[in-house]
Amino acid sequence: MATNKPRTSSFSRNVAAVPTSQVPGLKHGPNGTIFLSTGIADLDRILGGGFALGSLVMVMEDSDAPHHMLLLRNFMSQGLVHNQPLLYASPAKEPRAFLGTLPSPATSKDHKSRNDTEQEKALRIAWQYKKYFGEQNLDGQRDVKAEYCCDFDLRKPLERHALSGWHFDCVSLQNSPNLATLEGRCSAFLAKFPRSDGNISTAGRIAIQSLCAPHCEFSGKEWEVLAFIRSLKSMVRSSNAVAVITFPSSLVSPTTLRRWQHLADTLLSVKAIPDEDKELAQLLTGYQDMLGLLGVHKVARINTQVPVILEATTFSIKLHKRRILILECLNQAPVDGSSGSSYASSGSCSVSPKAGSLDF
Amino acid sequence: MMNNPAHNLLDEALGLNDDAVSGSSCGGGSGSVLLIEDSVETSGAFILHHLMKRSLSPQRPSDVIIFLSFAHPFSHYDRILRKMGCNLVMKRDNKRFLYHDLLMLKYPGPDGDQEKAIESMLLGLYGKLQKTVELCSLPETNKNITIMIDDVSLMEVAANGSSNRVLDFLHYCYSLTTEYGCSVVILDHEDIYSSTDRPSPLLQMEYLANVVIRAEPLATGLASDVHGQLTVFNKGVRHGFGGLKGKIHNFHFKIKENNVEYFYPGSRT
Repeated sequence: MATNKPRTSSFSRNVAAVPTSQVPGLKHGPNGTIFLSTGIADLDRILGGGFALGSLVMVMEDSDAPHHMLLLRNFMSQGLVHNQPLLYASPAKEPRAFLGTLPSPATSKDHKSRNDTEQEKALRIAWQYKKYFGEQNLDGQRDVKAEYCCDFDLRKPLERHALSGWHFDCVSLQNSPNLATLEGRCSAFLAKFPRSDGNISTAGRIAIQSLCAPHCEFSGKEWEVLAFIRSLKSMVRSSNAVAVITFPSSLVSPTTLRRWQHLADTLLSVKAIPDEDKELAQLLTGYQDMLGLLGVHKVARINTQVPVILEATTFSIKLHKRRILILECLNQAPVDGSSGSSYASSGSCSVSPKAGSLDF
Repeated sequence: MMNNPAHNLLDEALGLNDDAVSGSSCGGGSGSVLLIEDSVETSGAFILHHLMKRSLSPQRPSDVIIFLSFAHPFSHYDRILRKMGCNLVMKRDNKRFLYHDLLMLKYPGPDGDQEKAIESMLLGLYGKLQKTVELCSLPETNKNITIMIDDVSLMEVAANGSSNRVLDFLHYCYSLTTEYGCSVVILDHEDIYSSTDRPSPLLQMEYLANVVIRAEPLATGLASDVHGQLTVFNKGVRHGFGGLKGKIHNFHFKIKENNVEYFYPGSRT
């Protein structure tokens, strides 16, 4: 065999035909979807590439712990890295202050060490396939991947001057009597990213924190909030943007919660784990390192009817070197118990009596 | 049945295999109402796609679908149906697939008489619908019309939670089934109503429906090769000698890009 000749079998992957991210921070997925990164490499992997443009992501908050902020921060920081405009709404009086707490990308040293381990893994698994790719090709792919999603150092807040060249917009939910203001801001923001075929210059990110929190005074207006989410979903669907909404699920009535869950394209939940839960500590390996649990209940199904069935729906949130957020499968997983208490109360997944006795 | 891939358990349960050419595209003959119920865990939208493909197939040149979409833009359905071998753009141009984009439909606002505003909004929508149905059922064209609504829960949101108005709308649609012999296919989410204590709109819809299809996740959780189970309540299966008899079918399904596999529990290794 001529080893130095490029392989031209009909089964070779047509790399040139796929336009691999002319725009940094965007990645083509199946069914004509385009992904942008969640800011957490593991979450990108779990969701099959990231959040699809045009999708509405909803995160059910834990009432005891602000873990949803971790997801939001990484999501927003990733937008900053790719210079994707952001609209941030929160019930705080000064939403802009939150931008000061965004994590900055990990330094190259940390970055490299993690990449190295990744590379090692890749080599171990795929050493047989190595001969089918050119070396350059492999390198190129890794570079694109590294650029697509950064690791963020949660201990190092972003420097002020980094925000200067970035288009962002903040809305406070506190002083507005209804959601019309927010809806107007969203629609003005989204109008900058119209969906026209094939031609994307950049993508927008909308992050809405704690919609329906008690101090927003929307509590009696369930239908109004639902109508807002629905119109936001429709607007996002027809533009190159992703909207992430976090909301306290315990404050919403069960019927409305179901409606929200149906409206979400991608549905996540975060849960804190109590410090001293001996029963749980026995069940799960690496319990001490866990920050919390992330549940993936629904993955966006845009342009397809096939549901995404994940191998696991609950992941543990951990910190790599106390800095970088990672997600891991639970090693000995009481999957149902962990997602059961607030989410699937209708008993759709198998709720075995054993898991039921575990209350966390 | 095994050697004919076009026939599957769902069509059989809907009673579609006997009248493959004549009659309506959804179960119970023309003038029927079919209700699809699903949940967060298991979407029932694929049944809509199946019925769309069936109605728009070349064997049924006189079928027309009027599609009221509250959930997805046209491109979403187009991509899905294209993978199933049906070109929606062409069908739309041929006036066989009449798509109404109602994604942004909502009642004007809290000022003024809210009930009136919602009512006039839905009446306007119905007026449009009725006109289309009338045009399609002129004697010279004489089409089999199917009205599809995706989905009713979003319609309720558009009507600001006034489910009575939405039910009125559905009753009007129901009147079209007797007047013009068109069929209605409704998608709704069952779990939304599970925690309400007052009589739920879903019960009323179930009462209207001739066929109820319920898509549920497996009791043991989702698996990669079984995506859920379907329960089909067919209130009017024509039984052997012309008698009517309700019948319940129950089977599993696995959704693929271009079709859906239906099988009895445990019949696959």
